[in-house]
Amino acid sequence: MTLKTMTMTAVVALGTAAAASAEEVRVYNWSDYIDESLLEKFEAETGIDLIYDVFDSNELLETKMLAGSSGYDVVVPTGSFLQRQIQAGAFQKLDASKLPNSGNLWDVIQDRTAGYDPDNAYSINYMWGTTGLGVNVGKVREILGDDVALNSMDLVLKPENIEKLAACGVHFLDAPTEIIPMALRYLGENPDSHDKDVIAKAEPVLTAVRPHIQKFHSSEYINALANGDICVAVGWSGDVLQARDRAAEADNGVEIEYHPFAEGSLMWFDQMAIPVDAPNPDAAHKFLNFIMDANNMAAASNYVYYANGNKASQEFLESDVIDDPAIYPDEATMANTYITTPYPAKTQRAVTRLWTKVKSGT
Amino acid sequence: MRRYFLIAIPYVWLLALFLVPFAIVLKISLSDAAIARPPYFPQFDWAEGIRAFIAELDFENFVFLTEDDLYWKAYLSSLKIALISTFFTLLAGYPIAYGMARAPAEWRPTLMMLVILPFWTSFLIRVYAWMGILSNEGFLNQFLMWTGIISEPLTILNTNSAVYIGIVYTYLPFMILPIYSALERLDGSLIEAAEDLGCSRLSAFWLVTIPLSKNGIIAGSFLVFIPVLGEFVIPSLLGGSNTLMIGKVLWEEFFSNRDWPVASAVAVVLLLLLVIPIVLFQRNQQKQQEAEQ
Repeated sequence: MTLKTMTMTAVVALGTAAAASAEEVRVYNWSDYIDESLLEKFEAETGIDLIYDVFDSNELLETKMLAGSSGYDVVVPTGSFLQRQIQAGAFQKLDASKLPNSGNLWDVIQDRTAGYDPDNAYSINYMWGTTGLGVNVGKVREILGDDVALNSMDLVLKPENIEKLAACGVHFLDAPTEIIPMALRYLGENPDSHDKDVIAKAEPVLTAVRPHIQKFHSSEYINALANGDICVAVGWSGDVLQARDRAAEADNGVEIEYHPFAEGSLMWFDQMAIPVDAPNPDAAHKFLNFIMDANNMAAASNYVYYANGNKASQEFLESDVIDDPAIYPDEATMANTYITTPYPAKTQRAVTRLWTKVKSGT
Repeated sequence: MRRYFLIAIPYVWLLALFLVPFAIVLKISLSDAAIARPPYFPQFDWAEGIRAFIAELDFENFVFLTEDDLYWKAYLSSLKIALISTFFTLLAGYPIAYGMARAPAEWRPTLMMLVILPFWTSFLIRVYAWMGILSNEGFLNQFLMWTGIISEPLTILNTNSAVYIGIVYTYLPFMILPIYSALERLDGSLIEAAEDLGCSRLSAFWLVTIPLSKNGIIAGSFLVFIPVLGEFVIPSLLGGSNTLMIGKVLWEEFFSNRDWPVASAVAVVLLLLLVIPIVLFQRNQQKQQEAEQ
């Protein structure tokens, strides 16, 4: 998939090199995160050359945004990162008059993203999801018995459970801003706490299970789950669902399920925004408007298995997307989710330090 | 006049590509982190003048590095990894260079080519290939299990052993080439003379060949040791999450904490750790040479 995206990028880039004088727009999005035929459709409809690059970590994107002159017209940070980048002055306000399709957006999601971007002045929602459990159903049941709750944090945060799963393999996201709130939620603390003393309570929970975690990584678990190399991963909803589909395609007897945590999952939002120094903000608005078209947004979600913030697109979604509670959770699950806000610098340092301590023992 | 111009070129190069960037990093290391673009304060402002700007700078970040044991542990751990891997690279590289220098003259270009050939493939792809070789279901384990030497797969990937293997493999040519060029120039008649005077082949090697290739060994060791000390890619791909190296700490300061000033302070200390011993070493060498003359 990534290779496909890269080839696509190369092809698009080559195509534009030939017509350098034409108008162009540069988009920087997450890897494996769009139906590539949409990129061609945009070029055909607008006549603007589209240069599409991909990244795989918020930290990387943020560093480019803070350094400035990235050369990109549209970027896609996650909510909590977006909020800090807005404070740093990295983005320009959207011009509503150039975005007639913004009426398609879903108020439920808009209300939540306004927590990061007041009045949604700087960004539109692209996709959203939850952080939960990717489970190899057969193997976990074999090890822990048929009655085990596949949707509980107990599976990975209770030492006697994860100890038994260790031989089969457990991966965690290498994302302190997701795993530490999860450990706090497990303890019944406020997951979004910015109090260093509260955050410190996550350390013993994670240290206790650390010896049984095979790897902290934010993308390898997709293949590891699909191949049956690991039993459980704490991962992102759409990625686990991609693993589920790859396993089904390979027909290797591996059955993967995604479960949001019964204790409550972190809900996150990937937002499209326009950098303050974008070379072509006009074309950037056209791209945003194109993405907000109900049909286009539905095509993207049908392809990547992530929910989107576009109400009008829902009638065009395939039933294995809109009717899957792992993608579009029911209201009870939604009510049970939580969001996080960016840490101030000193707290962020304590969080990173705690994470290093958990991972390396120093 | 022309001579000065020619001499000036390397100095201008050094100034533009080493001293100026270093001054910028040093300046950032004396600033404070801020939510801004770029994310530190103070920014230089012509209107306020240089004096007001300098007044804002302080050594707070360097003090901070001494307060948390993470940093010196990471420096020490990097130092240890760099020393051990330089030793093993030398151990593997010297016999190869020796063999090349002793090979018939018409083979040498081919052998040289074989040493350089891996550079034609991206470094990243070669490290990824090692992930495939060293993993639990990888070639190495499959081979060892097939021969019956082991019955359970060895866990090598994501450990420090994998980091050493990756470093020795990647930096081997940097060790081989300087040693080879020292050995190639070695006058064979010196060894014959040593043997005529009653040296065994082994003691001739110890007493004549090794001392005469000393400069090659030193150059090769520096070429390996210096980049390995700050290595980031190999430990992050092949190492486990408990492999502590200063390159990884620097990455986390820069990307996760987005604290450019502390990241710069880490880099400045790393540079000082490298430059001071090298300068002392070179001065010592110079004195020795003068004494010999």
